Amino acid sequence: MRHADLHDLPFEEGGSLLVKRALRQAQDGEPVRVTGTAADLEILLRAWCRAEGHAFESRDPATMVLTKGPAAAQRWSGAERAGEAASPGGVSERPPRRWGLAARGALVEAGTPEFGFALVDKEEVWSEATGRLYAQAAANQWDPASAIPWDAAVNLPDEIEDAVVQVMTYLIENETAALLVPSRFLAQLHPHFREVMQVLAVQAADEARHIEVFTRRALLNRPRPGLSTAGGQASLKTLIDEPDFAIASFLLSVLGEGTFLSLLWFLARFAPDPVTEAVCRMAAQDEARHVAFGMAHLREHAAQDAGLLGRLEMAVRRRHRELQHTAGLNAEVFDALLLIAAGSWEHEGLRLGHDRVTRLVAEMHEGRTMRLSRLGFEAAKAAELAGLHTRNFM
Amino acid sequence: MQELILGAVAYDPKVVTIWDGFKDYFLEQGLPFDYVLFTNYERQVAALFDGLIHVAWNSPLAWLETERMAGLRGRHAEAIVMRDSDRDLTSVILTLASGPVKAVEDLRGKRVAVGASDSPQATLIPLQVLARQGLVPGRDFEVLGFDRFAGKHGDHIGGERDAVRALLTGAADAACVIDSNVLAFGQEGTLPAGKAVSLLATPPYDHCNFSVLDGEPTAWIEAFRTLLLNMSYADPKVRPLFELEGLKQWLVGRTEGYRLLAEAVDRDGYLDKRIEGISR
Repeated sequence: MRHADLHDLPFEEGGSLLVKRALRQAQDGEPVRVTGTAADLEILLRAWCRAEGHAFESRDPATMVLTKGPAAAQRWSGAERAGEAASPGGVSERPPRRWGLAARGALVEAGTPEFGFALVDKEEVWSEATGRLYAQAAANQWDPASAIPWDAAVNLPDEIEDAVVQVMTYLIENETAALLVPSRFLAQLHPHFREVMQVLAVQAADEARHIEVFTRRALLNRPRPGLSTAGGQASLKTLIDEPDFAIASFLLSVLGEGTFLSLLWFLARFAPDPVTEAVCRMAAQDEARHVAFGMAHLREHAAQDAGLLGRLEMAVRRRHRELQHTAGLNAEVFDALLLIAAGSWEHEGLRLGHDRVTRLVAEMHEGRTMRLSRLGFEAAKAAELAGLHTRNFM
Repeated sequence: MQELILGAVAYDPKVVTIWDGFKDYFLEQGLPFDYVLFTNYERQVAALFDGLIHVAWNSPLAWLETERMAGLRGRHAEAIVMRDSDRDLTSVILTLASGPVKAVEDLRGKRVAVGASDSPQATLIPLQVLARQGLVPGRDFEVLGFDRFAGKHGDHIGGERDAVRALLTGAADAACVIDSNVLAFGQEGTLPAGKAVSLLATPPYDHCNFSVLDGEPTAWIEAFRTLLLNMSYADPKVRPLFELEGLKQWLVGRTEGYRLLAEAVDRDGYLDKRIEGISR
């Protein structure tokens, strides 16, 4: 007969683990002898067995015989594995909602409530690159307190400072959209797609950090940020309102953040002060990953779903129509970019600034065209759709 | 009569969740079923005799009340089904491990904390066991009652928790609790490990059952009994209900486990007085 000897260890102070171990090793209906000298062992063990469905018999106050009941086996009789732990082989094409929050590969008890996850199709969200992108993102997290030279002297002429503040104000509201869009889908995603969930979570955390550093730069020498325009917010609202993951991801990450990459590198290059340079450079590094994830899962999605590119095209056209009567990028932001690129009020400087901004806009267009081609659009279509992108950049 | 009606006492808000769950299950299984909640067992027993309910989910004391009243009225009561966890309970009389009370005799002149006045497990049975050993409550020792929720027959854990707290603060020299609450109070932190030991454990006794009277709708009661006995912990729909109600399996009812309580409540005509109250 199996035997659990508790010696003088009280049942409630760890002795129960010895009893449970012996019962785990026993078959249903198999007796297990329990001995021990702690006070009240018999009383506690009797009560515990009754609650757990094991038969209890007391030979004397220090020797008891338990007979294992069927409850433990019954409890796990209908359980199922939530896929397999390993990626990508263990990732299910369509994980059932009843797997809920369980770790991938965990044994899930039958009767677990169904969760209302809307995104349950691997095809729609998954990319083989996700795990790598998450690892990269986790490794490249940076601390705003130490990564930005906040103590550097920033003594710009008033109007240049105002231009920086206006650009920061614009960046903050754009990054807020970039935080909210993945967060909304994060809450709808089946956690079985763990790596996707992690990538979206880090993406949101990245944007939180960007909002922090842009805000801090905006308020460095001014008591409040600059202007927020109706046209800019109208453009961002179309992203927030987009209910489809693939389309939202396409508009935000591929087209919007892709365009922002050019903008942030531009700002880093022509920044009038080291703080502006650093906040834009650090943000650009993160944005590159967001673009990479958007590209990766949409390319794989498009490879499996022949209709996807058509839907993406329609989304670009629809958004263009919605926004064509709005102002797009506000004049203040455009002028601020020009002034920052010029670096001065000299006529030659302003001409140079204008050239640089014009080249930036062209470069943004080329970047979008290239990404659209890589998603599978043929060259002319890619160029046409790139041209329909919002004038707000994001 | 549209359906089988069960009565249960609402000793805790979870009782609604439990019986809503069972109701859904029974309806799904084709048994027309509804339930009524009572604030106390005496009103439930009266309702059973008045034909307002067909089955009473009775405490052990309510079962004895039902059985005794049936006898007085020329009817027959039956305990049809009970939980596996309703069988072979024990209660213990706890004292402080470091205190002066080392034997039952040491309780003379002391204060013994008990639960609700109508609690079989925390009052009636342990006091009877002491009486069997020659210590008459109120005469040989003082009884400190923690009468939470009278009429609920000690189903609410509060009275026993108060009794244990009285022991720990020194307001009482001993406290009567059911064995499972010794575990529960240890886990929740009310009773620190090693602080108290049991001076005495009662013999095993049984707890609740589904009680019916003769003359009730036999086919439905039979269907109800069969459905209960066929419920399995392996069924994921059943398991949450079992966990709320605290069982792993329904068993056929038995009544020999109520003898100790019957002895306790007949000691000073306690049961007869309660039945007079119900009949009024």
